[in-house]
Amino acid sequence: MHGAAQEPPYFVTYSDKLEEPGNLEVGLKGLSGSPQDANAFFSPTLELEYGATAWWTTEVYLQGQATQHDSTIFTGFRWENRFRVLPSEHWVNPVLYLEYENVNKADKSLLEITGHDNVTDFQVSNAEGRSEIERTIEGKLILSSNAKGWNFSENFIAEKNVSNEPWEFGYAVAASRPLALVAGSSNCIFCRQNLAAGAELYGGLATAHDFGLEGTSQYAGPTLNFNLPHGTTIGFSPQFGLNDNSASVLWRFKVSYEIQQFRDWFRIGGRR
Amino acid sequence: MSANRWSKLWILLACSSMLMAASGGWLNKVPDADRRRVNPFDGKPEAVAAGAVLFQNNCAKCHGSDAAGKHNRPSLRSERVAHATDGELAWLLKNGSLWKGMPSWSSLPEQQRWQIIAYLRSLPPQTTEPRGAK
Repeated sequence: MHGAAQEPPYFVTYSDKLEEPGNLEVGLKGLSGSPQDANAFFSPTLELEYGATAWWTTEVYLQGQATQHDSTIFTGFRWENRFRVLPSEHWVNPVLYLEYENVNKADKSLLEITGHDNVTDFQVSNAEGRSEIERTIEGKLILSSNAKGWNFSENFIAEKNVSNEPWEFGYAVAASRPLALVAGSSNCIFCRQNLAAGAELYGGLATAHDFGLEGTSQYAGPTLNFNLPHGTTIGFSPQFGLNDNSASVLWRFKVSYEIQQFRDWFRIGGRR
Repeated sequence: MSANRWSKLWILLACSSMLMAASGGWLNKVPDADRRRVNPFDGKPEAVAAGAVLFQNNCAKCHGSDAAGKHNRPSLRSERVAHATDGELAWLLKNGSLWKGMPSWSSLPEQQRWQIIAYLRSLPPQTTEPRGAK
């Protein structure tokens, strides 16, 4: 369990939960799909998340993808920072998110959907996509509430390619709850308190020129997290396309391991 | 306001927050209604046992497996914690003390936060000088 027990089981949506200060989470997020009129693919993303302070979490992603009948390539990196704005808990807790992305057009990680991201993007060959690098600045307003064991989170996303392209927008909303709110007295693995279930819905909101749902892709699906002892978390979610611009199904999974108080390794005297 | 006045104001604010933190300043922020809250698991041995598991999984990495503090992180068996009400501890767990490094545990279900408090109440007071007593 080790703290990860309280992390909501989301893949795209962010909650107000930050990494605990000093902890380093190493995770692998996987996404697999077989979009219509495109080759099946698998996109792994390596995630290094560090709790710099109790109000600031910083994270680096390294992304790649392998496409059937095509190739396996590295697609880029992202550096994101999340800042908790208010010093105490409220009905709605805002978190500001700032990210720099340097990924090419062949990226298929779908860590968020913005603008007119579309199922036809999957048809681009790796050779063609990797030559076009996109450098973008992205901001998110994360709103999150915790009540009676439930977490409700809403993200509003604004993304701007540093070249001369319009602002692109997107959203993600999610809700989740642990399967048990009261903990048992044994240090069990398969206890309900170690499982959290929820659902998320996310998609694009087009651009500053044509804000709305038209021509965007939209996904929704159930999510499940299972927290194993010693800091390991496993998550799984099938996510379903809600319109013709979306892939019919995306399969997401996540495995992460939290290194407790990583910064203590660098203290004089080391870990105690 | 001149730049000189701004810098004095900042220094004053920084000093006040350091003083508040050193003296358990978070206690002053707890609303009365929260301060008076009662632990629904008070005196329940199964809650203490569950709280022990939760403590080891969530709190021990910072506060030590014996809750006596670790590095510069405070002991939870100190006089200050012993004298705090259950409601005050519940408020701290929910809100954290972000500028002092204590994260909010609001996404841990409230019942589990109370179980942790029940466990903390079962611990003997610290007889040796607390580690990380800042």
